[in-house]
Amino acid sequence: MRTIHTDIITKTIRDMCIEANLHLSPDMERVIKEATKTEDGPLGKQIMEQLCENLKIAEEEQIPICQDTGMAIVFVTVGQDVHVEGGSLAEAIHEGVRQGYTDGYLRKSVVRDPLIRENTNDNTPAIIHYTIVPGDTFELLLAPKGFGSENMSRIFMLKPADGEEGVKTSVIQAVKDAGPNACPPMVVGVGLGGDFETCAILAKKALTRDLDSPSPLPHIRKLEEELLRELNQLGIGPGGFGGKTTVLAVNMETYPTHIAGMPLAVNICCHVNRHVKRTL
Amino acid sequence: MEKHISGPITKEEIQSLHAGDYVYITGTVYTARDAAHKRMYEAITEGKEPPFDLTDQIIYYLGPSPAKAGQVIGSAGPTTSSRMDKYAPLLMEHGLSGMIGKGKRSPEVLQAMQKHTCVYFAAVGGAGALLSKCIKKAEIIAYEDLGTEAIRRLEVENLPVIVVADAEGNNLYETAVDDYKRTHHFN
Ligand code: SF4
Repeated sequence: MRTIHTDIITKTIRDMCIEANLHLSPDMERVIKEATKTEDGPLGKQIMEQLCENLKIAEEEQIPICQDTGMAIVFVTVGQDVHVEGGSLAEAIHEGVRQGYTDGYLRKSVVRDPLIRENTNDNTPAIIHYTIVPGDTFELLLAPKGFGSENMSRIFMLKPADGEEGVKTSVIQAVKDAGPNACPPMVVGVGLGGDFETCAILAKKALTRDLDSPSPLPHIRKLEEELLRELNQLGIGPGGFGGKTTVLAVNMETYPTHIAGMPLAVNICCHVNRHVKRTL
Repeated sequence: MEKHISGPITKEEIQSLHAGDYVYITGTVYTARDAAHKRMYEAITEGKEPPFDLTDQIIYYLGPSPAKAGQVIGSAGPTTSSRMDKYAPLLMEHGLSGMIGKGKRSPEVLQAMQKHTCVYFAAVGGAGALLSKCIKKAEIIAYEDLGTEAIRRLEVENLPVIVVADAEGNNLYETAVDDYKRTHHFN
């Protein structure tokens, strides 16, 4: 049995919130730089250069990359031999978000009630997903998610007969509809299988996968590559002003599903695809 | 074409702008997003005055991140404009002349823009650190309780924006993608 104190969890989450909003992961930065070199849309090229300049200013002057510093999504992978001491694990995470968003001068973008819409003024609560695994690992993955792109995300309850073609058509439709609203170039997270809510969580998790590690399943990797190519033929381009860089990456995650269905979730993220991982 | 304009913006200046122009704005712009729009809209429909005179003004759809000591403002890029579509035509009726945001507008907004000679600009979404450098002064003038959603008066210098929709009904989002696809032989 391993014991982890909630104080460490709070402190780690606090630091992760700040880090995620000031720097992108190396893989994200790399694809943005590569696309800046290859983009040939006249406005598109200029916008890609501004995005690179923006990342540099964010880093040097410690200004958030985007003013929408997101809602804090936290994936916790906890070994069943881990004992959390010092209070509630969820409260420790919320407290970390509270401290991170306050100390880091990040925007408070959460309202307590979807209809009454009063700001909680500390960006809490976080949205927390737990996975319990054997052993004594404890891993935190934090992804601040902006809502310009979140609002353009979709769920399609496809039929088994729709097959691969159905998956492609739906993903392409979602990206087309998102267009300039989702701050292209986008990263597309796809969740396929499971049920209604599982595919959505898979799609969100897919956005956090390292862009240098494609799906280990050959048929899914092929689909990721084909979708990336076809989506970049849409011509939407940076900012929606035309160009070859509409999508920076497509990450797809799958789960077994029912004989009668093929749920598909498309979670759209902008080029500010933020995520930080820490193992305690 | 590259152009320099001032905020507030005159009707003559608006008529000289065309979809696709790359424009640098210097002068005054006001920030307002979802919650501030709802309040302004309700105030006007109840026959009250909006919190500032809208005549010839430009509204930037922005909710900045907080400023640190020594900073004018935090990160300051555009939010998605379509959420303001419900409110924008009424504001244009009361003098609003320019909007800065990102993303598509509704047919009602585009029609109202032609009727009232108004222009819609896009700033680059997700470039809030870069755009914050163009903001020289920021002051909350209304709805302070809304936090990031309060109305701010900004003094900006060479704020880079692109004309998406002009007062003649041209729309860059509709033409730019097709133009790119045609010239690059995408089907
Ligand atoms: S969609 Fe992304 S880049 Fe655009 S405003 Fe939201 S968080 Fe920022």
